[in-house]
Amino acid sequence: MQKNIEMKYLSEYRNLEETKKILDEIHKITMRVWNIMEICGGQTHSLVKNGILELLPEKIRMIHGPGCPVCVTPLNLIDKAIELLEQGVIVCSFGDMIRVPGSKKSLLEAKALGGDLRILYSPIEAVSIAKQNPNKEVVFFAVGFETTAPANALSVLHAEKEGISNYSILASHVLVPPAMEAILDDKLCTIDAFLAAGHVCAIMGVQEYYPLVAKYKIPIIVTGFEPLDLVQGIYMAVKQLEDGKYKLENQYARVVKENGNKAAIEVIQNVFEIGNREWRGIGEIPNSGYVIKEAYRKYDAEHKFNISNIKVPENSKCMAGEILRGIKRPNECSEFGKTCKPANPLGAPMVSSEGACAAYYHFSTNI
Amino acid sequence: MDIDNLDFQTINLGHGSGGELTRKLLDKLIFSVFSNPYLNEKHDGAIVKIEGRVAISTDSFVITPIFFKGGNIGSLAVHGTVNDVAMCGAIPKYLSLAFIIEEGLDVVDFYQIVKSIKKAADESGVLIITGDTKVVERGKGDKIFINTTGFGEVHPKATISMDNINVGDKIIVNGFIAQHGMAIMSERKGLEFESNIESDSTNLNFLVKDLLDEFGDKIKLFRDPTRGGLGTVLHEIATDIELGVFIKEVHIPIEKQVAAACEMLGLDPMYVANEGVFIAIVDPSVENEVLALMRNHEKGKNASIIGEITDEHPNKVVLKSLIGGKRIVSPLVGEQLPRIC
Repeated sequence: MQKNIEMKYLSEYRNLEETKKILDEIHKITMRVWNIMEICGGQTHSLVKNGILELLPEKIRMIHGPGCPVCVTPLNLIDKAIELLEQGVIVCSFGDMIRVPGSKKSLLEAKALGGDLRILYSPIEAVSIAKQNPNKEVVFFAVGFETTAPANALSVLHAEKEGISNYSILASHVLVPPAMEAILDDKLCTIDAFLAAGHVCAIMGVQEYYPLVAKYKIPIIVTGFEPLDLVQGIYMAVKQLEDGKYKLENQYARVVKENGNKAAIEVIQNVFEIGNREWRGIGEIPNSGYVIKEAYRKYDAEHKFNISNIKVPENSKCMAGEILRGIKRPNECSEFGKTCKPANPLGAPMVSSEGACAAYYHFSTNI
Repeated sequence: MDIDNLDFQTINLGHGSGGELTRKLLDKLIFSVFSNPYLNEKHDGAIVKIEGRVAISTDSFVITPIFFKGGNIGSLAVHGTVNDVAMCGAIPKYLSLAFIIEEGLDVVDFYQIVKSIKKAADESGVLIITGDTKVVERGKGDKIFINTTGFGEVHPKATISMDNINVGDKIIVNGFIAQHGMAIMSERKGLEFESNIESDSTNLNFLVKDLLDEFGDKIKLFRDPTRGGLGTVLHEIATDIELGVFIKEVHIPIEKQVAAACEMLGLDPMYVANEGVFIAIVDPSVENEVLALMRNHEKGKNASIIGEITDEHPNKVVLKSLIGGKRIVSPLVGEQLPRIC
């Protein structure tokens, strides 16, 4: 990274006048009630953090989608990571996974009891830790959508290249398009348009969304994360809906290319193949995630360690599933802000800063 | 003192035994550095004269890494406590200094820390008057922990109290937020990123004194948002006074590099630690004068009026975002965790 870092494309997309102009346009063109789902938790976070929801017309209802990696990682997998920690394995994880409650405790609590848990930004770092600790097993808790898959796959290729045998990943990779399909197939679904997740599309491109647009006759707008991105994306969705159109549009063209990032896709395809995945709160969705290919099985922690029989039920009081499918809003949950708070969460959406419940709790409780 | 002539390179359990080795460590590395009439008594404690109302504050410092851009655990241990005393509206005068050292600490590192303490104390106008040194086994500490307790005389014009805060009072911050936390973050293992971000660790007592000299009881409250950051401190104030705090994001001073680093790591600068930042809540009749005084002072060049006290939304901090939306600023829960993507 360069010294004297300064972030381009930030202030431009947080501009009051520009944002206001588009908001005014949205107000002008909105005639009917529309339910728009933003897929990604990063978008939810930004909508709430920047106070955009209250600036939208009442007729525009934003529904918060399942795109929070922490929120959809199954309880079983958290228990498996904790089991590994308790077996003396060095477990490496992204930061916001560690406070998510497992069935008995969180990774953070397991760390306090003596587990060797490391918080990392990059799985490549975990490979270095494996190299430095040849007598220990090192597992990276590889969660996330298509966005984090390339780096996680790369860590496996890295370990293979360097002949590091004490490294593996506990993978829980999920994919956006099958989740959108599952949401649309739900009888209770009321969604009129989607804001697709900009960063996922930066990796994968936009091709896989055309069939969804055609099959469900629904507008999909690939959208970024800054306030101006979001209001532009919402404007494009409302415009299509009011005009009775449905097509794929790319609001986030400064980052998202039609065919995505070729090198990243190649790395993913090298290590992973598509398989069934369980989503927390939603259940198993066929062909909705990545599983590690046979050739790299030795880097699959579930294969390497005896943890596959860990199965635990979800907390029955937590309605994360309905939240993640957009059927209910966080403040419609009877536990919200009462028994379920960020300091003592019942379910994952209250933990991650991208989780809809945490976003509501932190930023928008009855101003 | 030339540490090359020492007959030990690392600190071991013996240096905390209270015996000969302890005496050697203290004489060579501590008393010689901090020499002053109170300390030179080498008594169990210090006997000092303090007049009027006294402000006392204690703090322990356990930072990792112990050396960072813009300071080290030693300078931090002085600034932290000096500032806490100053926030009471007092003039800090004396510090106690206690070390808990993990055996194996390099003497060169220890001496550098001691010298930093001396320099920071001199610059802040405080004397180290009593102290303690303990050594614990390897694995029972994290290189070095420092506790300091500060004593100061309350400024004759100071009436610092939450009770004095009224609706309409203005909230002024003296400079860029989130520098310290991001400087530390940039050097934490596993998160290293290259930047020029320096900790803002510094003493605030002289600026505080100037403000009290000039504005006296028009200053209702000082607070330094260290751990938990500006957001957490404002929330604490709102709930303590049972009034609302309203701030505008556009007025919150943040340096570009720090803002970029926060974006990159997915952290909210409102919750990142500061060590050279304070807020003053002041009577609206003097807001511009306070701002002008701060901006003319070395420690307040980037001061800004960020908001005010309101009777709307009691117990809550509401922030008006850059794009004109409003949101609640809630307190930090646990440690701020880096996001996944």
